Amino acid sequence: MDRSDEIRAQIVAAYENRSALAIRGGGSKSFYGRPVAASRTLELGGHQGILEYEPKELYICARAGTPLSEIEAVLAQRGQILAFEAPHFSPHATLGGCVASGLSGPRRPYAGAVRDHVLGVRMLNGRGEDLRFGGKVMKNVAGYDVSRLLAGSLGSLGVLLEVTCKVLPRPVATRSLAFDMSAAAALEQLVTWSLRPSPISAAAHDGERLYLRLEGAASRVENFARAVGGDLLADDVGDRFWEDLREQRLPFFAGTAPLWRLALPAGSPPVPESFGTVFYDWGGQQGWLRGPLDAPALRAWAARQGGHATAFRHPPDDAVFQDLPPALLALQQRLKAAFDPAGILNPGRFYPGL
Amino acid sequence: MLAPREEEFFRALAALLPKDGLLRDVESLRPYECDGLSALRSLPWCVALPETAAAVEAILRLCHEYGVAVVPRGAGTGLSGGARPSHAALLLGLARLREMAEPDLRSRSIRVGPGVRNLAVSEKVRRHGLYYAPDPSSQIACSIGGNVAENSGGVHCLKYGLTTHNVLAVELCDSSGERLPIGSLAPDTPGFNLLSLVIGSEGLLGVVTSCTLRLLPLPPQTLVLLAAFPSLRQAADSVGAIIAAGILPAGLEMMDQLAIQAAEDFVHVGYPREAAAILLCELDGEEDELQEQLQQVAEILRQQGATELRVARDEATRMALWKGRKAAFPAVGRIGPDYYCMDGSIPRQRLAEVLEQINVLARDYGLRVANVFHAGDGNLHPLILYDANQEGEQERAEALGARILELCVAVGGTVTGEHGVGVEKLDGMCVQFSSAELAQLHRIKAAFDPAGLLNPGKAVPSLHHCAELGAMHVHGGQLPFPELERF
Ligand SMILES: Cc1cc2nc3c(=O)[nH]c(=O)nc-3n(C[C@H](O)[C@H](O)[C@H](O)COP(=O)(O)OP(=O)(O)OC[C@H]3O[C@@H](n4cnc5c(N)ncnc54)[C@H](O)[C@@H]3O)c2cc1C
Repeated sequence: MDRSDEIRAQIVAAYENRSALAIRGGGSKSFYGRPVAASRTLELGGHQGILEYEPKELYICARAGTPLSEIEAVLAQRGQILAFEAPHFSPHATLGGCVASGLSGPRRPYAGAVRDHVLGVRMLNGRGEDLRFGGKVMKNVAGYDVSRLLAGSLGSLGVLLEVTCKVLPRPVATRSLAFDMSAAAALEQLVTWSLRPSPISAAAHDGERLYLRLEGAASRVENFARAVGGDLLADDVGDRFWEDLREQRLPFFAGTAPLWRLALPAGSPPVPESFGTVFYDWGGQQGWLRGPLDAPALRAWAARQGGHATAFRHPPDDAVFQDLPPALLALQQRLKAAFDPAGILNPGRFYPGL
Repeated sequence: MLAPREEEFFRALAALLPKDGLLRDVESLRPYECDGLSALRSLPWCVALPETAAAVEAILRLCHEYGVAVVPRGAGTGLSGGARPSHAALLLGLARLREMAEPDLRSRSIRVGPGVRNLAVSEKVRRHGLYYAPDPSSQIACSIGGNVAENSGGVHCLKYGLTTHNVLAVELCDSSGERLPIGSLAPDTPGFNLLSLVIGSEGLLGVVTSCTLRLLPLPPQTLVLLAAFPSLRQAADSVGAIIAAGILPAGLEMMDQLAIQAAEDFVHVGYPREAAAILLCELDGEEDELQEQLQQVAEILRQQGATELRVARDEATRMALWKGRKAAFPAVGRIGPDYYCMDGSIPRQRLAEVLEQINVLARDYGLRVANVFHAGDGNLHPLILYDANQEGEQERAEALGARILELCVAVGGTVTGEHGVGVEKLDGMCVQFSSAELAQLHRIKAAFDPAGLLNPGKAVPSLHHCAELGAMHVHGGQLPFPELERF
């Protein structure tokens, strides 16, 4: 169903009345980010439907409210995937929410993030203007890259109406392996592997074991698996592990203690033990921790490595994202005002004043 | 604007630069009068050639204080006039910021100054078995800062992505002289994704003073296939067929007959002169998978009607096959005498019809067009041949170019795939974007550069300009062009 006109009317009205809107797709990621001070919710549900899918062109274009599961099912019929492996976190996850939240799954360091796969958007800015940026082609440098800017913008620059994403063929062969080794040893091993071509498409460590997923041509996957050893996981066991990791269904993620997310440069040292057990993903570039913990100390440690920490779920307070340097915050505020001059779109979801 | 304070400004500027770093006399300004779009020339007001990021910062502060406009310039190989100077602006040459740190192997990255040449990066890290993937054909000359500003592509983008996929972070000096860290070695930098916005911003949002690039391990094996076709259509359709089979070659390039012959006459690498078109397909990987892919691709090419297939495995033969492709622009330049390089990008499945339509248009305009381009990405580079000394030919070439770009937009493509808008494609932008969209782009610019001092007049046309042009805004072919009904 095309709800563009109606959604647009709501934004125009909010712009005129200067009344803030909380934007909601399927609500699957509503836990993520700071609370929004808005009296009204802009529901995007029902604004759905795949508009174009060209397997040969490697892209799909759909309304932002289209369920992610529907898109993935349609792609699967033609042997294709969204290579960034979007987390759903609920059956209601939508394509728009996936792009706006900017979250990617285990394949991220090897295949790129959501933003790397966004080709174009149709959006409404905070004045309710209907705008298109990017397109359907792989290469496009006409105008600033607004569609990639919107990836991870948490709805605070505009409301996505349509998204065009690059799709890729599903890897021919997949194999998952597990190795008993410490986190420190695993992180070192991953650095070594990263310097040579390899079929690694996911790498995680749960505190006791290193898990690897290999993907690609059958011969390549087999050769690499043979060379590195480890325990081969049955196909369904392996697939379920990566899906459960992506969806945060593993026991580590259960409960309501704060869930912290560290983002680190590749090759960073192990997280100090004083912060508790770390579940590493992304070859060590993403680390999950459970609170309560000394948040300022964690943020300071992350910053020293060149990374940052996010209170991902059940945040202890409303400082969800790591502080920005003042000049960068000021720039982002000006950018926000450039899209949403009345500050009506998800105000405060990212940072106060943004 | 500056007249009474001009000498004061220059004294302050000279104090920030090495002795030979400030150029003001006509003779020394001459080499800077144009970039790779050499049809458009004008002398800069002055040229500043700083050697450090700190000096860039100080110069931008000074220019900000005096209200002086700044045109950033890397190596000047841009093809859209992005670095075209203005007699009212300081030309800021970044080519001397050529510092290159040692690569950081743990994060597989390297930090380089914006003036470092693209190829120099891969040369530097090669001994570690690494390389920097984006490889524009101009890579011996063009700078990393210019690549970032244009979001440049190359032969290997199809598999390894554009500049935007291979840059982890930049330091951006904004027009007030504030140096900002944009992006980071760690994924998903907090806040808005400014890195994607800055990459491809053509020097309008800030001056890039340092870049941290992602490096990749060199592929274990590479081979190149040359396929010759009796018709353009067969070559074009093979592109879609390869991708549809789930194969993503490292590179997939196409040349038409005029380009083949020009290249062959220039570099003598044995291209089939009689073919209507050739495809060059690079595959990489490990021995077994490479064999498998080679068989698959060869089978597809034969089915599509390839009359000749050559496989180059060793480095020398591969380089020879690529040499003709890489030398194609200068080769076409020899039969010119002038050429105008277009850069539209279209959905791959429209390749055949668009190429045929370009030939029809070329005939209508009485000009020759050579095509040599990134077929796998659907990124066309029609080279329009003309003679600037013939009355009216340049205008005709430009008019034909504009028609070709309209055609690209009408089939759902874009006016520029990788060369940028610069000054050259401002008209095309009026066709591709609505006024509300252009206004949004201007507001983004103002958020970074409120005084409008950085590269003014480039990349995004003023609404006034579009109104004067009276161009019709077309979106993905939604506004039908009557003449397109034919295909
Ligand atoms: C023979 C030939 C082949 C080419 N092949 C390709 C190709 O395959 N793919 C491709 O994408 N391009 C290609 N190009 C185009 C060109 O080489 C690229 O656009 C290149 O990235 C420009 O780099 P440069 O250093 O020469 O930049 P310049 O031409 O000097 O500048 C380009 C733009 O970048 C801005 N700029 C430069 N440095 C900075 C900085 N440090 N900070 C902010 N802004 C800056 C300038 O203001 C200008 O707008 C080709 C050009 C030629 C002549």
